[in-house]
Amino acid sequence: MWNFIHDRRSEIAFNTYQHALLVFYAVVIATILAVVIAVVITRIRGLDVAANQVSAIALTIPSFALVGLLLPVVHLGPTIGLVAVAFYAVWPILRNAVVGLQGVDPILLESARGMGMSEATVLWRVRLPLAWPVILAGIRISTQMSMGIAAIASYALGPGLGTYIFTGLSKGGVAANGLNYTVVAIVGIVVVALIADGLLVLLGRLTVSKGIR
Amino acid sequence: MSDTTRPVEATQTQAEPPGASGPGEVSGAEIVLTDVVKRYAGQDAAAVGGLTLTIPAGEIVMFVGPSGCGKTTSLKMINRLIEPTSGTIEIAGKDIRTQSENQLRRQIGYVIQGGSLFPHMTVEKNIAIVPKLLGWDRSRIHDRVTELLDLVGLDPERYRNRHPRELSGGQQQRVGVARGLAADPPVVLMDEPFGAVDPITRQRLQDELLSIQRELHKTIVCVTHDIDEAIKLGDRIVILREGAEVAQYDTPEVVLSAPADDFVADFVGAGSSLKALSLARVEDIELRHPTTAKVGDAVAKVTEQARANGDTAVVVLDDRGRPVGWPWLRQLRGDRIVRPEGELIDVDIRSTLNDALDSMLSSSHGAAVVTGERDQYLGVVDFDAVTTHIRLLEEQRGE
Repeated sequence: MWNFIHDRRSEIAFNTYQHALLVFYAVVIATILAVVIAVVITRIRGLDVAANQVSAIALTIPSFALVGLLLPVVHLGPTIGLVAVAFYAVWPILRNAVVGLQGVDPILLESARGMGMSEATVLWRVRLPLAWPVILAGIRISTQMSMGIAAIASYALGPGLGTYIFTGLSKGGVAANGLNYTVVAIVGIVVVALIADGLLVLLGRLTVSKGIR
Repeated sequence: MSDTTRPVEATQTQAEPPGASGPGEVSGAEIVLTDVVKRYAGQDAAAVGGLTLTIPAGEIVMFVGPSGCGKTTSLKMINRLIEPTSGTIEIAGKDIRTQSENQLRRQIGYVIQGGSLFPHMTVEKNIAIVPKLLGWDRSRIHDRVTELLDLVGLDPERYRNRHPRELSGGQQQRVGVARGLAADPPVVLMDEPFGAVDPITRQRLQDELLSIQRELHKTIVCVTHDIDEAIKLGDRIVILREGAEVAQYDTPEVVLSAPADDFVADFVGAGSSLKALSLARVEDIELRHPTTAKVGDAVAKVTEQARANGDTAVVVLDDRGRPVGWPWLRQLRGDRIVRPEGELIDVDIRSTLNDALDSMLSSSHGAAVVTGERDQYLGVVDFDAVTTHIRLLEEQRGE
């Protein structure tokens, strides 16, 4: 096992890095999309219920199948991974963003308007900062989820720890390092996930106002 | 019912605000509502059915009435949080629709129940909202926040960087008032501003508002459901019935002594001679001046002086002349006078005798320390002075 890792350390490091990068980009894109959609949804009555249903259904699509669906549409390898992971990452963030934005006390919003804040200022200085802790919780869920989905996505397209899982599966059993590949992939993904979660907690400490922590 | 509404009379008496004898010039602006109507779709009766009212510059006008009478709706039409269906509203002679909503609102202070501070912003940032929207520079905002915290009785350096949840309800409400005054607006709208605090704190906040108003002379329109609050704070009271119909618009004295009709009489309620205690202010009666001492004075000297004056307690002032305690002589220990523990319950010189009595009852001295502008010490009011005053009133009534 040790020799296995030692022999491939630069390759493992590269794949781990790729895996982390894929999740990072996907979650950033998903966050921006989810927040923008949530802002629109919370302005139109009734749309939040529809959004919740859509997100519940979307999350039931098997990720393997989605990659298959995307293959003919998006031709470039790494882009498919990004699109697939971001697709799943959107929903938990969207759900939390809607809940967070709707949870802002209407009295505060009226008071903000009563002081002459424009709608954009109210959004930027009152609604988003107050909803941010809830949105951030959604981002954490999405990040964890994306770690696993990114592994599956990498079946189709190269770098990432997912390739090790599939290599392990195809080699089967203990023979020819099959188990080693699988274990390295799992441990790698768990370690990346823990580090990412730690960084998000840190981000929360830095960005959530002391007044609402 | 036209004989019970008196907008005409009100417009004629706007010249001299009762509070104008104090320092400071009137910085408020006159507000004129003309036949203002608000109808909501699907409702037969108008929420506000033709309100005509002149609110004189520099006065506190209280909108009071039962819930659902349209008082809050009327208030919110002044800063266009609610758009009237018809009618005009003018501030300082200018129709409020001639500028954008946001422009208008930045010139009108808005204070609502509990202060409604933004929990994610510090006290300083909360107060700085409107100045920032108006594009003031950093140092001007900083100075203004200092000035305002001082005005509402909060130590600027201690409180400016705190978050709302680190403040008591009363402190939050004070910051709310400071925020409403931040950009020095001529008009301040208040919606049940002291509804969320306990009675003692409410009384103090009311006193502080009166004290601030003595300095600033804003035009303040304040909604309340509490007739006692209306009597205490208002230079004038508008009593509204359903549909924001004016039942009576007059000074508290007239509303109490000559209610326009049964509705007003019912609303003002029984015990009007007790309520009259809400009309007489501490400033109307003579204050007693017991021995005072400053924090840091020699105890021996103070004790000697107090004995010479025949006092058994001394009022302790801080270095800015604000009373901080009222210890008995036997409680004075050590060489120097120290700042006593616990909060001193004092009353503002403009407080009503009603409130002063409340404070006296909760004090072991059977009297209350009286303060003026910015909490400056003025003297002491006791039961004897109040009962003497009541006797005088009764005699006048008998004549």
